[in-house]
Amino acid sequence: MATDLLEQLERLDEEARGLIADASDERALEAARVALLGRKDGRLTSVLRGLGSLSAEERPAVGAAANRVKEHISALLDERARALAGGAAVEAGEDLTLPGRTQWRGARHPVTLVIDEICDIFATLGFTRVRGPEAETEWHNFVALNTPLDHPAADMQDTFYLPGGLLLRSHTSPVQVRTMQAYPPPIRIVAPGMVYRRDPWDASHAPAFEQIEGLAVDEGLSFVDLKATLAEFARRLFGPTARVRFRPSFFPFTEPSAEVDVSCTVCGGSGCGACKGSGWLEIMGAGMVDPAVFDNVGYDSERYTGFAFGMGPARITMLRYKVPDIRLLYESDARFLAQFDR
Amino acid sequence: MNVSHAWLRALAPSLEASAPELADRLAMLGATVDEVVPLGVGLENIVSARVVSVRPHPNADRLTVCEVDAGAGTMQVVCGAPNVEAGRTYAFAPVGAVLPGGMVIREARIRGETSEGMLCSERELGLGRDQSGIMLLPGDPAPGLSLVEIAGLDDTRLVVDVTPNRPDLLSHVGIAAELAAKGRAALSLPPIVGAPAELELELEPVASRSRAETAGVSVSIEDDGCRRYLAAVVRGVTIGPSPAWLTARIRSVGLRPINNVVDATNYVLYELGQPLHAFDLDLLRGPAIVVRGARAGERLTTLDGANRALEAGTLVIADAERAVAVAGVMGGAESEVTPATRNLLIECALFEPTHVRASRRALALPTDASHRFERGVDPDGLERALRRVVALILATAGGAAERTYADVTRIERAPRSIELRAERVRQVLGIDIEPARIADLLSPIGFVVEVGSRGTIHVDVPGARLYDVEREIDLVEEVARRYGYDRFPEESRAYRAGTVPDDAMARLEDRLRERLVARGFLESRTMPFVPAPDGDVALLLPLSAEESRLRRALLPSLMRRVEHNWARGVDDLRLFEIGTGFGPPPARATGGADVSGGSDAADSSGARPSETRRLAFIMTGGRRPGHWSGVAEAFDVWDLKGALEELAPALGGAGTSVRPGDADTATDNRSLRYLGPEMLEVVDAEGRVIGHAGRIRDDAIDVPARVVVPTWAAEIVLAVRPARDLAYAPLPTHPAVERDLALLVPAAVPAGVVERSIRGAAGELLDAVAPFDVFRGAGLPAGSRSVAFRLRFRAPGRTLTDEEVDRAVERVLRALKEEHDIERR
Repeated sequence: MATDLLEQLERLDEEARGLIADASDERALEAARVALLGRKDGRLTSVLRGLGSLSAEERPAVGAAANRVKEHISALLDERARALAGGAAVEAGEDLTLPGRTQWRGARHPVTLVIDEICDIFATLGFTRVRGPEAETEWHNFVALNTPLDHPAADMQDTFYLPGGLLLRSHTSPVQVRTMQAYPPPIRIVAPGMVYRRDPWDASHAPAFEQIEGLAVDEGLSFVDLKATLAEFARRLFGPTARVRFRPSFFPFTEPSAEVDVSCTVCGGSGCGACKGSGWLEIMGAGMVDPAVFDNVGYDSERYTGFAFGMGPARITMLRYKVPDIRLLYESDARFLAQFDR
Repeated sequence: MNVSHAWLRALAPSLEASAPELADRLAMLGATVDEVVPLGVGLENIVSARVVSVRPHPNADRLTVCEVDAGAGTMQVVCGAPNVEAGRTYAFAPVGAVLPGGMVIREARIRGETSEGMLCSERELGLGRDQSGIMLLPGDPAPGLSLVEIAGLDDTRLVVDVTPNRPDLLSHVGIAAELAAKGRAALSLPPIVGAPAELELELEPVASRSRAETAGVSVSIEDDGCRRYLAAVVRGVTIGPSPAWLTARIRSVGLRPINNVVDATNYVLYELGQPLHAFDLDLLRGPAIVVRGARAGERLTTLDGANRALEAGTLVIADAERAVAVAGVMGGAESEVTPATRNLLIECALFEPTHVRASRRALALPTDASHRFERGVDPDGLERALRRVVALILATAGGAAERTYADVTRIERAPRSIELRAERVRQVLGIDIEPARIADLLSPIGFVVEVGSRGTIHVDVPGARLYDVEREIDLVEEVARRYGYDRFPEESRAYRAGTVPDDAMARLEDRLRERLVARGFLESRTMPFVPAPDGDVALLLPLSAEESRLRRALLPSLMRRVEHNWARGVDDLRLFEIGTGFGPPPARATGGADVSGGSDAADSSGARPSETRRLAFIMTGGRRPGHWSGVAEAFDVWDLKGALEELAPALGGAGTSVRPGDADTATDNRSLRYLGPEMLEVVDAEGRVIGHAGRIRDDAIDVPARVVVPTWAAEIVLAVRPARDLAYAPLPTHPAVERDLALLVPAAVPAGVVERSIRGAAGELLDAVAPFDVFRGAGLPAGSRSVAFRLRFRAPGRTLTDEEVDRAVERVLRALKEEHDIERR
């Protein structure tokens, strides 16, 4: 008797699927609901009438099965009702001014956006990406780069030292050294990564921040190539109307050295707070690789020439997205990060 | 370096450009101007006023009532300064004047006495920090004159950022030589009123290599830290305020006038770049000057009043008994020039940069003198500076100079000449510059150039440039700089592709970022500094105890960022970071040099910490943004596992799995102590555990009471793997047969094990199997649950028969019964 009822329930479940799927509008669906689950004459009710004839031991199992079938049918009815409502939304007078159902939107970090953009531009100019270690030796960070260890940059107060004569690199320039040690010329690389300076936090300083190093080495590369390449880069990053200026500067590992300025992105060059009235923004340091660096990595400094450059994507991020305080970049406030959804 | 526009014009009258124009030109010559500061702005109404009489204020102890003459009769002014004196002239703000701070001067009654104006301190006028008293105007100027004129404030200051390789630019003469069209030839030192021209000064050296005696003073050098020491003696000076023109110059570079002798030494320092020091000769014991290393335990009270312990060996100037100055840094208080000084010994010396740098660092005492000595002072400029300062002192303090001065030269200045090849200039700079043109570029700034045959140029380096021009490449830079960077063409030329492949790790990180962002994650960038429990690598000098180590894993940093957001009321969070974790040095260095730093053959320092690139993410809050149709459910463990499963092939290669994990077997279990006991692990294609995930324990993170939903997190070590070989799989040509099996599975048997058994038993025809429903509850035998699997069978190239599929299903059911006692429901 019990198996008979269970079979009936199974059949009911099967039939319900067809009945519900066939209901083509809300009225038909309501009719199906009454036919299946109606209290008076519904199919389920009629099956359950048979419960009375079961023994007390048999009853719970069948009852439970009946409940499952009922839940399943209810779920199918609801699902069908939702499907019908969707299809007939406009006709049924759904308020389509209400917002739709969305997923969370993610975003790359604004500094990542800038790093990617810079590396993409350099990729089209033939530069590949390279990575170097962040914990460095004094030799790679200073000595090989023609910077004596009594240079102010090597001061304990300015550089994070680790035990054993090691340090956290204070710039990405040691990647130049490691690249030349590992590969023969021609070299055309950019090296994005974190660098470390012992600066306490303020609106424009963080103890760790991103830097991008660049290096091109070959026979016949000159200051003209440096200017052409970096000016082209700057115009692609800041727009075709940006003006680019090269000024003499000093870095121990390049000679001649240059500071690269771009016309102020805020005022266009007329002078404002962002450019301290000068009309120019400093965006990178650059220069011809000092022959001493070539000598240190075993390149022939009479045969090969090249240029190197370095820039701070965090600073460019602040300029580009008008972020007034560097701390916003590293606090990870979700409301800040979500603004960079592109 | 503070530069006065008026001073530059006095040295090079041909310089007619305005201060902002000069600033632009300096920038293009390599000396950026940080600020152009017009002096005297806002001081137009301030005048000189003579104090006629002073009487105590009847109602206030500290105030005086003064009769003041500001050019138009006398008026009454209440004054609080201690240095007010009848008969002297001070800066005065009459009624109606506005001070630089915005204060408007009004007629007032102060404790019952009328005050018609204000006698002002330097600080009140924005001229300096001195607020010890009102600003005394030297030289008795007539009352009612404009302060701007008397104090020489109709000038503009250029704040020049001089790069460390250009000590020659730390003087007005050096800057003017760069700017003047004809260079050094166009410069002449402005004559000093009341003094003989310095070249006409009767001064003759008594030269020696170790010890010279002149005018009763013995001068000797005992340490190589001093190359040369000149000492002149001036007797019978009268110490007093400097004349107005001199105080104006001193103020124009931001210094405070002190007295005629000290101001004279500072003037020559800023004019020629040579630091000088004046001792009170009568306070020098001996009288003698000995340049030597400090003795053990030796102390000195410097001019700033600090009594300092000198490290043994610190280069000092001593008299016959004790140190009287730290060489090249600061003089001592005990031999200081005071109003009582009558006789002077003037030091004009050349100290080694390394010695001065060491002293300055040890004493943490940067001065104008140390700044210049550390970078390098012109060894050829000493006599000129000595003559200039003696002439200036004679003009402002009177007295008479001894005819001879001591000149001890311990180390001679070696000549330096460099061969410059025009071909090398072309190679590095990319344009042809004729040798004659090169000579024209270098000569104005003091290089002596001789054009040789076949494009070789012989260059003698001037003293002021000895410190940075040592090699041919240094001259190439000078040529480029003097030629003008802006005149080089921006001409794109052909290039060869480089030999370095694009970094595979960077590509992997790009892909992971893209996937996580598509899944709704926000990228974080956090600082790698952590407190001791979260890191193995200690910083020697951390910024704080909370930042004393380099992080082992990213998760703790991200947890702090989640707390930061919670504290700001942001509860729906999906953050990820890709960054570096630091660990102890690897046990054995990997062979071969590579860019990421495998081995460092070239140096002897300790092994570098190991560095791993890592991905960590955290998710908490609603699974979706809120919607009017219903409440969004919170993230659960299936969202976490699903995120990992989606990323798995990118993280660990094809075949990477995410399975229940165990903190005890984890390799970096210390970074997992923040996760609860129910944990997932990511296992790569080779079977290595590469990451973990789970729920962050409530006691590991600072959860606000309002946040009741779980916080899920994962951290995975990234590795570059060979690219997956993708190959096309033929699409099925015949239909599949599906069978659903609802199974009663004992609690102890995980679904994954059941699935494995199904796969093992079903045979080759099984195309796919996946659970599609899990049900617990009423109607099932105690201790079991229902798991329904859908099996899909397919045979390549033919249609399956029901019998074949039935047989396969029977095999499966038999195996499940035998292996796990699983029955069909």
